[in-house]
Amino acid sequence: MKIMKCPMNGPRNISEFVWGGEVREMPDPTAASDHEWAEYVFIENNTKGVVREWWMHAPTSYWFIAERNTETDEIVRTYPATELYNSRREFK
Amino acid sequence: MPFGLLKYALSKQYPGERHFPARKELRPSYDVVIVGGGGHGLAAAYYLARDWNITNVAVLDKGYLAGGNTARNTAIIRSNYLTPEGVRFYDESVRLYRDLANEFDYNLMYSERGHFTLAHTDAAMRTARWRAEVNKHLGVRSELVYPDEIARICPQLNMSRDVRYPILGALYHYPGAIARHDAVAWGYARGAHRRGVEIHTHTEVTGFDVDNGRVSAVRTNRGTIKCGKVLQAVAGMTSVVAGMAGFKLPIRTIPLQACVTEPVKPFLDPIIVSGSLHVYVSQSARGELVMGGSVDPYSLYNTRSTLDFKEELIMHMLELFPFIGRMRMLRQWAGMADMTPDFSPVMGETPVQNYYIDAGWGTWGFKATPVCGKRMAETVATGKVPDLIAPFALERFYGFAQVGEKGAASVGH
Repeated sequence: MKIMKCPMNGPRNISEFVWGGEVREMPDPTAASDHEWAEYVFIENNTKGVVREWWMHAPTSYWFIAERNTETDEIVRTYPATELYNSRREFK
Repeated sequence: MPFGLLKYALSKQYPGERHFPARKELRPSYDVVIVGGGGHGLAAAYYLARDWNITNVAVLDKGYLAGGNTARNTAIIRSNYLTPEGVRFYDESVRLYRDLANEFDYNLMYSERGHFTLAHTDAAMRTARWRAEVNKHLGVRSELVYPDEIARICPQLNMSRDVRYPILGALYHYPGAIARHDAVAWGYARGAHRRGVEIHTHTEVTGFDVDNGRVSAVRTNRGTIKCGKVLQAVAGMTSVVAGMAGFKLPIRTIPLQACVTEPVKPFLDPIIVSGSLHVYVSQSARGELVMGGSVDPYSLYNTRSTLDFKEELIMHMLELFPFIGRMRMLRQWAGMADMTPDFSPVMGETPVQNYYIDAGWGTWGFKATPVCGKRMAETVATGKVPDLIAPFALERFYGFAQVGEKGAASVGH
């Protein structure tokens, strides 16, 4: 059994977590061209090595950020999303 | 020593010929360099030589021949997809497969078994009916069948209603088959080699020289080689190799695990698949039950196996075949699958000129080996993308024209 440390719930079985993909900056939806938007939606870095990703602890619906090595399956660090995003973002 | 044995020792026919001669030095330049010596790359090399008379070709692989996903799939061949683009494409593959053993003079152990996609919900029944109609319209033999028919063709299946997911019906695909996957790669490799193609294993690509948006050379750990054109066919490592050429793809590398039981006498003729239960199983010629399930829940460049996967797979297997409870598992493995957002492959041109791609084969690559090789060879030889594979271009993502393939196995839709 593989264990992941949830910043809110502590160490839990990896099967309780949902992978949310890489953390990326979203382009401005109103200003971005179709090409830029398609790139944001579909194109992946698919990095081999340490990546910063969104994960969710499903039973508590808690989203957080994990740094994970995609070559060794090692979870380097997990932390609350507030460490990266600390101000409210409005979408018009 | 019995004298009868001497004639074998003295005969020139024994031991048999080597399939491939010992590795030679790389030449300084090739018309076409194929990166990736798996089924797809070797098939492309074979058809380049056979159909287009292009034989100044090198196939490079960083490992041994066909040691990646060609050797790690569950060897199922079928064409009962959902999208017309998918059905047409895989149907040509099935037809090529049928003649392949004869063409190679090599036993692929191609075995048509019939293929059930079980439906356990009303939604799955609707999809099965939809797929059957699309298939029939395009001349592919698939039908919606109900429990009495399923029980007649495959009496081993547990048709009890007293289970978590009772079987309501199935899509029955007559030409569904299995084949010996290694032999497919070896047959293509031998055919390509005999026509003059060079196969260089243990030759790792480390980069590409791109001048004015056009690829001109391939850098390897055995030196740099000039090239006219490049075809990339490296499932699993697609993003890494494409990154060396300087472009990105809509692909995530996600492991797909599989396993086999100990061999037993033949008891299961058809191939059984259940999308809802994430199970597919067939009995190999050797008697092993070859089983696969859903792809892993997150991306990884690794071929490790997990207990979580086995637990889920076996839980569902026991519901379908309760009597296998005492069988032991013999082997487990994983492959790295290129998952695309629409469950369709990515084939054809790339942002780099003269650099072609064959990728995004997720869980559907082995069955496409012949058709993909043939059509990619045509693309590389003529510089024009054939109509059959045009819908699968990388450009489709920028035009929001995906080919949503709900007939793909081992993925949730």
